[in-house]
Amino acid sequence: MFDNFPLWPAQSSSYAGNVDLLYIFLVLLSLFTCAAIFATIFVFATKYRRVHGREAEHIEGSTILEVAWSIIPLGIFLVIFVWGAVIYFQERTPPQGATEVYVVGKQWMWKLQHEEGVREINELHIPVGHDIKLIMTSQDVIHSFYIPAFRIKQDVLPGRYTTAWFRATKAGTYHLFCSQYCGTQHSGMIGQIVVMEPADYQAWLNEGSAFGSLASNGAALFAQLGCPTCHQSESQGRGPTLTGVYGKPVLLEDGRTVIADENYIRESILSPSAKVVSGFKPIMPVFQGLVNEEELNELVAYVKSLNQPPAGAVGSTLMASPGTQSQEPKD
Amino acid sequence: MATTANFTAERENYLNANYGVRSWLLTTDHKRIALLYLASITFFFFVGGFFALMIRLELLTPAGDLVMADTYNKLFTMHGQIMVFFFLIPSIPATLGNFLVPMMIGAKDLAFPRINLISWYLYIIGGTLMMHCVLTGGVDTGWTFYTPFSTAFSNTKVIEAGLAIFINGFSSILTGLNFVVTVHRMRAPGMTWTRLPLFIWSTYATSVIFLLGTPVIAITLLLVVFERAFHLGIFDPNRGGDPLLFQHLFWFYSHPAVYIMILPAMGVISEIIPCFSRKRVFGYNFIAMSSIAIAVFGFLVWAHHMFVAGISLYSALVFSALSYLVAVPSAVKVFNWTATMYKGSVTFSTPMLYAFGFIGLFTIGGLTGLFLAALGLDVHVHDTYFVIAHFHYIMVGGAVMGFLGGMHFWWPKISGKLYPEAWGRLAAAIVFIGFNLTFFPQFVLGYMGMPRRYWQYPPEFQVLNVLSTAGSTILAVGYLLPMVYFTWSLRYGKPAGNNPWGAAGLEWQTQSPPTTFNFDEIPIVTQEAYDYENIPAPEEVPLER
Repeated sequence: MFDNFPLWPAQSSSYAGNVDLLYIFLVLLSLFTCAAIFATIFVFATKYRRVHGREAEHIEGSTILEVAWSIIPLGIFLVIFVWGAVIYFQERTPPQGATEVYVVGKQWMWKLQHEEGVREINELHIPVGHDIKLIMTSQDVIHSFYIPAFRIKQDVLPGRYTTAWFRATKAGTYHLFCSQYCGTQHSGMIGQIVVMEPADYQAWLNEGSAFGSLASNGAALFAQLGCPTCHQSESQGRGPTLTGVYGKPVLLEDGRTVIADENYIRESILSPSAKVVSGFKPIMPVFQGLVNEEELNELVAYVKSLNQPPAGAVGSTLMASPGTQSQEPKD
Repeated sequence: MATTANFTAERENYLNANYGVRSWLLTTDHKRIALLYLASITFFFFVGGFFALMIRLELLTPAGDLVMADTYNKLFTMHGQIMVFFFLIPSIPATLGNFLVPMMIGAKDLAFPRINLISWYLYIIGGTLMMHCVLTGGVDTGWTFYTPFSTAFSNTKVIEAGLAIFINGFSSILTGLNFVVTVHRMRAPGMTWTRLPLFIWSTYATSVIFLLGTPVIAITLLLVVFERAFHLGIFDPNRGGDPLLFQHLFWFYSHPAVYIMILPAMGVISEIIPCFSRKRVFGYNFIAMSSIAIAVFGFLVWAHHMFVAGISLYSALVFSALSYLVAVPSAVKVFNWTATMYKGSVTFSTPMLYAFGFIGLFTIGGLTGLFLAALGLDVHVHDTYFVIAHFHYIMVGGAVMGFLGGMHFWWPKISGKLYPEAWGRLAAAIVFIGFNLTFFPQFVLGYMGMPRRYWQYPPEFQVLNVLSTAGSTILAVGYLLPMVYFTWSLRYGKPAGNNPWGAAGLEWQTQSPPTTFNFDEIPIVTQEAYDYENIPAPEEVPLER
């Protein structure tokens, strides 16, 4: 609808239209309100301009008017509030089964890891019509992942995962901006989102997947770091079994129950004593500083992959070949 | 001219009571301290304005070509810090507030005249440190000091800038304390709370925010300084700290700080409109109470700056809803100002033009605030030029228009001289046009997706950026003009007389400029505020150049 109108961003995600609709409503509401107020002022100021022989009338005010012009705006505001909240819930609730892409922000570039193992820098290729969930972290300061054409933005923080999701509706190339000020080359921390037809995307993927999948790389790393010594799948180990743990509630030693989401898995690797599973001792070593953000993403992807049924699942066993580890140069 | 001025012996007033640098630097007269503040904030306004022009010139082309990236980052950081902390926050309270609060309530001075002078010195110490920081390398964190960039990554003078703002904060706290005590304890006989001019109500609400909010920013900046100097780990996720904690603390002050800037301007407008409509203000109680409501609710909306920062879905909901509540009292004020003109006797003198400009720009700023408080929409426009445009409509369109309107309204009282009315109206029009040309295109830029704090940008954003830069040069002319004709009027302006506008309010019953102790005898108040029924309208000020 707005593609040929140069003062409007491309509208290329499933919820971009909803955001634009609310925006257009608010623009019209603002125009109407401004017109009403400015016209009233203009009429009062000219009709009641100072003329000799006419005095200003003495008026104290009107409680009815005051109540009316408090309640009516409040009612309109509440409608906008609910409308905005509904869209926000859409934007922040990734659908089940979305394809996951891990994002690492650093001064001043974006590093992206596909589930299939393909890695990209400052460029993200995705298929049109698929739900994509971004699992993002930063290895230094706060950044923000912003795609204007999709109307999505999410800050990317060091030390935790934040998530965002979208479904692209139109093939094309769109801006990726860092929108949280992050230092000297903040305005250079830009890239592009390449939305492709599914067939083209598959071809691109096949061409680029030199490495193993994210989860199989994670499995290799898992073995290399000696994790299976305690986290045996037969559950007789000194640590809890990880099979099927992702997304489930976990009872902790201090009586709390937490959901084992990405942030929990991440924290349990980096500082294991923060949340110890009930029935286990805090004996796991700290991996803070031993694994970098991309390796951490692989480990998390591996633990998550343990949820899937063994048949046909990618990287669901410990037997993945150790030779598939990433060879990407360190930065 | 000069000979005539010398020929008529001037009456004694606060300006000629004594002479010499000492008599100014050691004064405890609230009016002289107001002028000390006026000179200081004007200096910082032009420093901050110079940075703004440099920013706009850099953005004339998509490539980063005028200054280096680091220089650009320092320009917008120091533009923000100087304009917010050293101009906008003290602007109306410390100048017009200092000058008017005692006079409006019929007092000889503020409750603590020496603390008032100390507050100016704290401002000067903080400001000097800030200027030292600027001249010896500056700071590049953005005025928001977000961690962990400010604590662990920036290589600039974060500690010095933080301390400068820390020290300056105490100047605000002392000013707020002084106003609260003065309004409670020093009102003239008969000056009941419901007879207070609305400027006093809004200054009082501002002072409450000064007292409750400023300590929080002081502590927050101190934490940043300590973390940077001693690596405490409060905001460092690698040591169990939380970078988001900083944002909560920062905005807990810095959102109410927006109301520190806009409430006093609303007070000014509430004085100007009744005067040039020759009518009591419409809905006095509602305007007064809406100031208090803004001050209270303003403390409960801070996380609306953090909808994409990583806060929970449900806290975002609460802060969005509360943000819509705080919009109601602002809307109520606009409606009441408009209604005040109904069946009035309206004239279009310079202060009234600024009041019209204020209502127009503040309304647009307020309405675009509704866009930003809408959660799903804020995700798109947050940290883009839409936000930049929105808060400049509030802070520059609102607060600065209010400040200039107030300066034009009370200049005859402050200086005893009239400024040239035609020039005044011309400058008001130039400011209004320049402002809209500068900032309106930024709304469009923001919705198109141009992020803020970008040194270089994709070429499709250029046309709107060029418009904005063109507007900023017009705006600069509009701001320079009053400087020129106010200064001119000090020597060549016509004597103003006690009450050139025929305005209500105790400050107009004393001579212009007032004597050191304001009133020969303490007035006894028997009338409501804005008693325009009983004050004859003066002849209109002629359009002389």
